[in-house]
Amino acid sequence: MSWLIIALIFWLAAWAANVAMVRSKWADTTLVRYLVPIIFGLTLIVAWEALVHAFNVSAAILPAPSDVAETFAKSTGMLWEDFKQTVLKGALRGYFIGAAAAFLVAILIDKSPFLTRGLLPIGNFVAALPIVGVAPILVSWFGFDWHSKAAVVVVMVFFPVLVNTVQGLRETDAMMRDLMKTYAAGYFSTLIKLRIPAAMPFIFNGLKVAATLALIGAIVAEYFGSPTRGMGFRISTGVGSLSIDLVWAEIAVAALAGTAFYGAVAWIEKKVTFWHPSQRG
Amino acid sequence: MTKTALSVLTVLAAIVVIWYLAVAPMNIRVALDQADRAGETVTPETPVERREVSSWTLMAKNSSHIAAGYDLDRPRLPTPTQVGKELWKTTGAMVLKGRTWSKRSLIYHGWVTLQSTFWGFLLGTTIGIIGAIAIVQSRVIEMSVMPWAIISQAVPIVALAPMIIVLSSQVGIEGRGFPKALISSYLCFFPVLVGMVKGLRSPTGEQLDLLKTYSASGVQRFLKLRLPASLPYLFTSLKIGIAAALVGAIVGELPTGAISGLGARILIGDQFGTPLAIWSALFAAAILAGVLVTLIDRTQHVLLRKMGMRS
Repeated sequence: MSWLIIALIFWLAAWAANVAMVRSKWADTTLVRYLVPIIFGLTLIVAWEALVHAFNVSAAILPAPSDVAETFAKSTGMLWEDFKQTVLKGALRGYFIGAAAAFLVAILIDKSPFLTRGLLPIGNFVAALPIVGVAPILVSWFGFDWHSKAAVVVVMVFFPVLVNTVQGLRETDAMMRDLMKTYAAGYFSTLIKLRIPAAMPFIFNGLKVAATLALIGAIVAEYFGSPTRGMGFRISTGVGSLSIDLVWAEIAVAALAGTAFYGAVAWIEKKVTFWHPSQRG
Repeated sequence: MTKTALSVLTVLAAIVVIWYLAVAPMNIRVALDQADRAGETVTPETPVERREVSSWTLMAKNSSHIAAGYDLDRPRLPTPTQVGKELWKTTGAMVLKGRTWSKRSLIYHGWVTLQSTFWGFLLGTTIGIIGAIAIVQSRVIEMSVMPWAIISQAVPIVALAPMIIVLSSQVGIEGRGFPKALISSYLCFFPVLVGMVKGLRSPTGEQLDLLKTYSASGVQRFLKLRLPASLPYLFTSLKIGIAAALVGAIVGELPTGAISGLGARILIGDQFGTPLAIWSALFAAAILAGVLVTLIDRTQHVLLRKMGMRS
């Protein structure tokens, strides 16, 4: 019972602190903008911990965050192995190959308005499909190691980046292109100095969507067969052997990796498209 | 419009042609193995030797066996015709035989997935809309929840999916419907939330000022201006949301050993080594996604026209 009361008090205090911070004159400072969501997240974790203790939930069903943290600290070696296999080898390589391929294809297609018109609706449609379903096919084509995982990620990442890049390349208006013409700029200098920079906000939209898809692809592909390491492998075997705390530690790694990856892409976007209204506001 | 249709058809035709061409190199090994076992002579004679040679050399040396690659039971890459036939066999032909709801019919499996998609969509949309209203109304909620909503999408849901299923079965919820709907709502709520926040904030200062001169209350301002103004945004995100919900329902079936649903067909096809089942389930999912998005698109069209928003 005392756990519940502690959690309740913590929640009320955290909420009051957040309200006070948002209403204070420092509401727009960077510190407050980070502090408020962090306190909210802490509240959720405290509530989870309290509920597990208050209702005596078995560790085989839902371990407390403190147990998960302990397992995490104990098995960092293994988690690092899995992280290397799934994120560094599978997801990141697939992400770069897929995004680069999509970018090149977009530039080639862009030369033909006919192809662009045809490809945009198809690409948009394919980007909305459950492409993760191809995972078993690609695993049987490319084997169990990271190659098949990267292949799944390539396929998943390709279409969102392609569609956004093609759309972005069409963003320049006639005035801008005329200006380039008065400078006697050819196709390539117009592409590099005007159209690709103008497409950057769109490209990064695609890259951000793709960043969240990349990890999903790499993990799902591991459910269909993998060497005896990798996050998806550990999760599916962990559920089977009831080492649930390890599964949650693995989920924490996945969450951290996903957030860091997305954050990195968003950070690069900020540096590259600093001129865009959405980044200045 | 016809110009676009022509372009789309050309690209589609090109894809089909490339697909047909790719079947030959993809399947030549399987075809040769089969011919070898049937006692025919193929050029590098043992499978081990064949593994050393590239598909192109194999095709050049055994050109008479290329055609066999287009008619395999268990191809590495089936032809579009094979996929089409399999699709028809598991949908239309089943209906004609009066076995629409048989366990081998994709209509049955599609229906199972559709149910999870629907409940997940409903749950996700509700959470998204309520969340958006709360975010627009309260700055504290916006500052504490919005970053986590973004982070939630960066967390790979497939990692959580097995846990959601374990948890819900321990809590005493029978069946796979609920956990699948939960997973699909997880993917679905975010686009709705973002679109709805944008939509509820879309009224201009002038419009808000006008309502102030009418001395409208906060509730009236919300019901008569913000809510209607958000509808076009809502529908755009609903289209993304329903596609995401379908992805979620299928992802919810993949890692969990489900036995019915399109994702389960993919899983079973993988375990029993029947690629045609996987391909036909994939195409069924694609068709389902197309139908769902079109349905919402039509609804949007009719509704917005009635409200006088778009011609």
